Amino acid sequence: MTPDPYASARETTEGTVYSVTGGDWDSVVTEIGATKEERVVVNMGPQHPSTHGVLRLILELEGETVTETRCGIGYLHTGIEKNCEYRTWTQGVTFVTRMDYLAPLFNEAAYCIGVEKLLGITNDVTERASVIRVLMMELNRISSHMVALGTGALELGALSPMIFAFRERELVLDIFEMVSGLRMNMAYIRPGGVAQDLPEHATSKIRETVKELRINFKDNAKILIGNTIWLKRTKDIGILDLAGCTTLGITGPVLRATGMPWDLRKTQPYCGYENYNFDVITADTSDVYGRFLIRMNELEQSLRIIEQACDKLDVLKGQPVMVADKKIAWPSQLALGGDGLGNSLNHIREIMGTSMESLIHHFKLVTEGFRVPAGQVYSTVESPRGELGVHLISDGGTRPYRVHFREPSFNNLQSTAAMCEGSQIADIVGAVASIDPVMGGVDR
Amino acid sequence: MSHDKTLNKGAFGVSGTGDTSGYGGLVRSNAKPGSSERPFGSYFDEVADELERAFPEFNDAIEKVIVDRDELTLHVKAAHLFETATKLRDTETLRFEQCMGVSGAHYPEEKNRELHAIYHLLSMTHNRRIRIEVSIPDANPHLPSLVEVWAGCNWNERETFDMFGIIFDGHPALTRILMPDDWPGHPQRKDYPLGGIDVEYIGAVVPPPSDRREYQ
Repeated sequence: MTPDPYASARETTEGTVYSVTGGDWDSVVTEIGATKEERVVVNMGPQHPSTHGVLRLILELEGETVTETRCGIGYLHTGIEKNCEYRTWTQGVTFVTRMDYLAPLFNEAAYCIGVEKLLGITNDVTERASVIRVLMMELNRISSHMVALGTGALELGALSPMIFAFRERELVLDIFEMVSGLRMNMAYIRPGGVAQDLPEHATSKIRETVKELRINFKDNAKILIGNTIWLKRTKDIGILDLAGCTTLGITGPVLRATGMPWDLRKTQPYCGYENYNFDVITADTSDVYGRFLIRMNELEQSLRIIEQACDKLDVLKGQPVMVADKKIAWPSQLALGGDGLGNSLNHIREIMGTSMESLIHHFKLVTEGFRVPAGQVYSTVESPRGELGVHLISDGGTRPYRVHFREPSFNNLQSTAAMCEGSQIADIVGAVASIDPVMGGVDR
Repeated sequence: MSHDKTLNKGAFGVSGTGDTSGYGGLVRSNAKPGSSERPFGSYFDEVADELERAFPEFNDAIEKVIVDRDELTLHVKAAHLFETATKLRDTETLRFEQCMGVSGAHYPEEKNRELHAIYHLLSMTHNRRIRIEVSIPDANPHLPSLVEVWAGCNWNERETFDMFGIIFDGHPALTRILMPDDWPGHPQRKDYPLGGIDVEYIGAVVPPPSDRREYQ
């Protein structure tokens, strides 16, 4: 066999190191076969198509059995927590929305609930603002679960579910675009409320989308639920029981797959979740299939909440979406201009043409920001991946003293070793996909 | 709850001339809520009582109890951290079976208490949350690792070590986790600059955020 120019091998103190770039596996296997070495250390990622992002897995193999798993993370570390300390409390929203990029609205909501708690204005947030937050979060849960299901299936070799999942996600992103102007990283939820009210006829458009989604979800359900190949790849794979979840601090679908009905929307409600009818979905198999089923069934629950939120919004039409306190509320509503989303023209006219006081007020609030009384809080929301906690410390200034995100992806990813060791190498992909880690959230 | 009164003056906290240009010598204040007195309210009294009953050295181990914004914070001495954590987890009436994470904080002006480690605990059994805060000197930044109590603290402690330089004794593999292995310094400390490069925009130069004029 002619030596493959891409599958180079070199000797180190640890043994022979092979570089595998794809398509050249045969030549490596031939060479390894000659050495009679059973133990192989495989470095999977960080640029591997099936590691769910820039996750690096270091696997020790004996044959095809994984004896040790380690995760290498940090490839997407952007120092968002540190950056937040140099910006106002409001600007922080723009940063944190970029952490877990599949669930931006949850990052924003958790952060804003924390800031409001620090300010002591939790009860001043208007009902309409809270309902809009719930509506947007549940839509986001759908779009996030769609990526989890689609890419999870793709990584296990099923292409069609991904096509369907991204079709559904597009519908949700269209609503985000209609409401906030952006499909991702919208910085829509702000301390004190939301950036702007829903556009006219938004609820009827959302209701139509809900109908469409409900029909579309059946496509993926038909393909995957009970599918023999899918069952073989997911059933009894990546098992983590309740004790394991508890000690590892695992939350979200992975915890609920052990039969534990722990959902912060029910157990520690925020944003008025206690006023909605929905069920907490659990499974009792503790495996990849259970987590998959939970995500599938949570879609329907999210749709139920969205419908109820739309009904509430129709009743609450005309209510403000920002706290009344002008020293906290962003001075202007946003509006779509010829050059994109910006301050509304009416507001610009007022501050530039008629009212010097408005200009000063706008200038102070936008450049300096509001002060937040000293202290610390920990606020939580149930993100698609579990408990998203925000630890905020204020020193009384206009900028955070410390922002820390307790990312569910970060904590849940720790369970990789517990789920994978002793299993086949092919099952690692399924197990990691079922944790649904988003590396933007893991590394922050 | 006892806040420093100076913090609540005026909407923007203006004092003196009200100059916010950044050149008025305004000083950043750092007054934190003080110690709380009983009754704490909510379930906090019960937690404190139960911990006191289960833990003979309670008065020795707990420096102060703060109830602020409906959250309970126990300030624990570093030497008693492991024991306190074990009691909080194992006592049936407390049962904080999950540690949601370890967060650090750096207060360079607090002499001999510069580094704080903050643990958020959750009891799913009783649906309660509390916070444990430990402060240690920068000169000797050692804390007992809680990986044996809550295995999930593993990565969180590595992150806090990475970002603040707190050394968790007894951790199975305390290495950097987010920053590269050979990175110098601990980025989340207050004396570590944010860094960045100047940005030129239509002829004007905008310095990186950490070098810009500050509103305090």
